[in-house]
Amino acid sequence: MIRPEALLRPTPAGLYCPPGDFYIDPVRPVDRAVITHGHADHARAGHGTVLATPQTLAIMAERYGADFTGVEQAGAYGEAVVRDGVEVTLVPAGHVLGSAQAVVRWQGLTCVVSGDYKRRRDPTCPGFEPVPCDVFITEATFGLPVFRHPPAEQEIARLLRSVAQFPDRTHLVGAYALGKAQRVIALLREAGWDRPIFVHGALERLNRLYEAHGVALGPLAPATSTTKGDFASEIVIAPPSALQDRWSRRFADPVTAFASGWMRVRARPARGAASCR
Amino acid sequence: MRAFADLLDRLSLTASRNTKLALMVGYLAETPDPDRGWALAALTGELSFDAAKPAFIRKAAEARMDPQLFRWSYDYVGDLAETVALVWEAKPGANREPQLSEVIDALTSASRSEVQRLIETWLDALDPTARWALLKLMTGGLRVGVSARLAKQALAQLGGVEVAEIEEVWHGLSAPYGDLFAWLEGRSDRPSAVSPGRFRPVMLAQAIDEAVDFPRLDPAAYVAEWKWDGIRIQAVNEGGVRRLYSRTGDDISKTFPDMVEALDFEGVIDGELLVVRDGALASFGDLQQRLNRKTVDAKLIQTYPAAIRAYDLLAEGAEDLRHLPFLERRERLEALVARLGSGRIDLSPLQPFETWEGLADLRSDPPEGDAQLAEGVMLKRADSIYEAGRPKGPWFKWKRDPHLIDAVLMYAQRGHGKRSSFYSDYTFGVWTTDALGQRSLTPVGKAYFGFTDEELKQIDKFVRDNTVERFGPVRSVRAEPHFGLVLEVAFEGLQRSTRHKSGVAMRFPRVHRLRWDKSPGEADELTTLQRMLD
Ligand SMILES: [Zn+2]
Repeated sequence: MIRPEALLRPTPAGLYCPPGDFYIDPVRPVDRAVITHGHADHARAGHGTVLATPQTLAIMAERYGADFTGVEQAGAYGEAVVRDGVEVTLVPAGHVLGSAQAVVRWQGLTCVVSGDYKRRRDPTCPGFEPVPCDVFITEATFGLPVFRHPPAEQEIARLLRSVAQFPDRTHLVGAYALGKAQRVIALLREAGWDRPIFVHGALERLNRLYEAHGVALGPLAPATSTTKGDFASEIVIAPPSALQDRWSRRFADPVTAFASGWMRVRARPARGAASCR
Repeated sequence: MRAFADLLDRLSLTASRNTKLALMVGYLAETPDPDRGWALAALTGELSFDAAKPAFIRKAAEARMDPQLFRWSYDYVGDLAETVALVWEAKPGANREPQLSEVIDALTSASRSEVQRLIETWLDALDPTARWALLKLMTGGLRVGVSARLAKQALAQLGGVEVAEIEEVWHGLSAPYGDLFAWLEGRSDRPSAVSPGRFRPVMLAQAIDEAVDFPRLDPAAYVAEWKWDGIRIQAVNEGGVRRLYSRTGDDISKTFPDMVEALDFEGVIDGELLVVRDGALASFGDLQQRLNRKTVDAKLIQTYPAAIRAYDLLAEGAEDLRHLPFLERRERLEALVARLGSGRIDLSPLQPFETWEGLADLRSDPPEGDAQLAEGVMLKRADSIYEAGRPKGPWFKWKRDPHLIDAVLMYAQRGHGKRSSFYSDYTFGVWTTDALGQRSLTPVGKAYFGFTDEELKQIDKFVRDNTVERFGPVRSVRAEPHFGLVLEVAFEGLQRSTRHKSGVAMRFPRVHRLRWDKSPGEADELTTLQRMLD
């Protein structure tokens, strides 16, 4: 069998496939890119051709503008695309809307590049699908055993308990704009919260995009009213950065929560730009 | 253990003093004895256990998982208790959760090997937050921003009494404080404060407001003395029990055995602890050499001999003098010091003045011509009784240089010329609090003089030992609420500035003294500076 390095190897621009002449999630502009998902540390603008799921292409167009790449090439989940004899198949990774593992096959060798993935259920995207392979190239974002995340449903239940316990206060949830915010909303809906959920302006476009791709988020309203007290007993969702600035002062006596895998470690509070969660 | 863990968790997540206070009052009100008493002892640093060593906790964790993974995790988290709390695999149903009092009992009475076995079963039974609380409790580093003072305030609130009352009885009590809670909840009388050698809550002065206070006060009703620049202490010798207390009631006798030995009187003296060499007063920097030392050797005592400059006499023999007017207490004090004839205890002389202008002249004319020896003047009503706390009116302090702040060292840069091998230029910051109550440091100025060569060496070593990042000749240093170096910075004036992120610019800032005794969390807020503007 051929050596795996012949098929995929690390380079300064990113993980490169010489026989197919493409990069996976390159960090620099390249001619041909395969993009696993729309988070900024994986999806960058300025490549010649981008192969990604239709949802990821839509997310990139929303974030970077319609001209984010020369040529868009949509690869639906499970549909093999052949590039110079190398077969690339995108398979659900369970991370955010459109997120995929890149399955790369060539001359009998199968490599899976996981991208960011999670194996827990997420109502906003299809679940992670294991693919038999010779080489598995994995992200290890929360790989250290210090990260033991409690079940998401349990955390949502805690939030709703707090809302019931403090009906006079606003519950302010910090969540990253792509993925985490919509997951929190969808889980709240599953838990029976059917009141309007108020959202920061920076989340609106991606929320609409999720809904356009069939992820129902229920009634949403902008968190822009002018009088304090309006938001008592309501849930407001905003990007974490907004919770640090003047924007959050409109809420009287808010209870603040963060939907982030990083928050478990108290000795290392809120790092700046953790893009994955 | 659950309620205690929740308390610690929530205390660690808030920077607000009032929230901390409310959390503690709630906990103390709802938790039964003896758990709440043990929690109180843990929070005020009264507990320590030898049976549970960090090395053992680490070994137990490494035995349960891949040691390399453990090391990476420890590297990432940076705190042993928290790392173990997070990585430990709970065994649900393996055991029941222990009570806090059960844990304390075991830690104080079981043998080392028993304790080690117990710790593992406890960790198996608890969730991550409770594991963290347990490990913090055992290793003695709670660090959730609760001072003994704050704990006493929570007790005072719980019982609807004054903090001074708590302080008065505190030293006669021991954990788990059943008699204290019984009193605070009206189930029994106040516990006896009559334990020989106990601490008496200290009387403090208010800062004078020159514009408001001087016009309405009668100079003839007040006496003045220097506010000596040492540390305020209370020296007690009662029924053969000798103690030296800080003004917050911490027993510092062990740090100053030479001073304790010199307490050859029967009574309670309120005074200033200073270093006095051959009759000459040394600066605060010399006294600092003696503070926070684990061991005290003869050489240290000889090099930095301690002495007391007496302000007041609270008790003489068995007689409590605190209800007497100041001048009467003063007469008794003068007689006692004269009888004593000790080179180690002298009087803080009263400074005559007739008008407030005269007092201003006095204030600007430092004792022995050395501005470092006194921070300013104290004003005391001649008829004032000794009243615990900071009552409004009887005592005032009037500091000479109003422009002093406590700041935290953030960056250090190499100096020039003779000092090029030292990190001698310092950027310091003060705290700001954002809308979430999160505190962070904002740089407010730079200082590169004001310290001695010896202090420069100490700061340089601190910088090298605690570098976080390097940018060319500049290093950033650890500056966290519980770890870092507090600099007392003096400056001549303050202006608004749009060029500085902080919005203020200091004129002529210099390092006034190193506050190794303070934790960075106690440094000043930016709002303090903003109030000095105009
Ligand atoms: Zn991601």
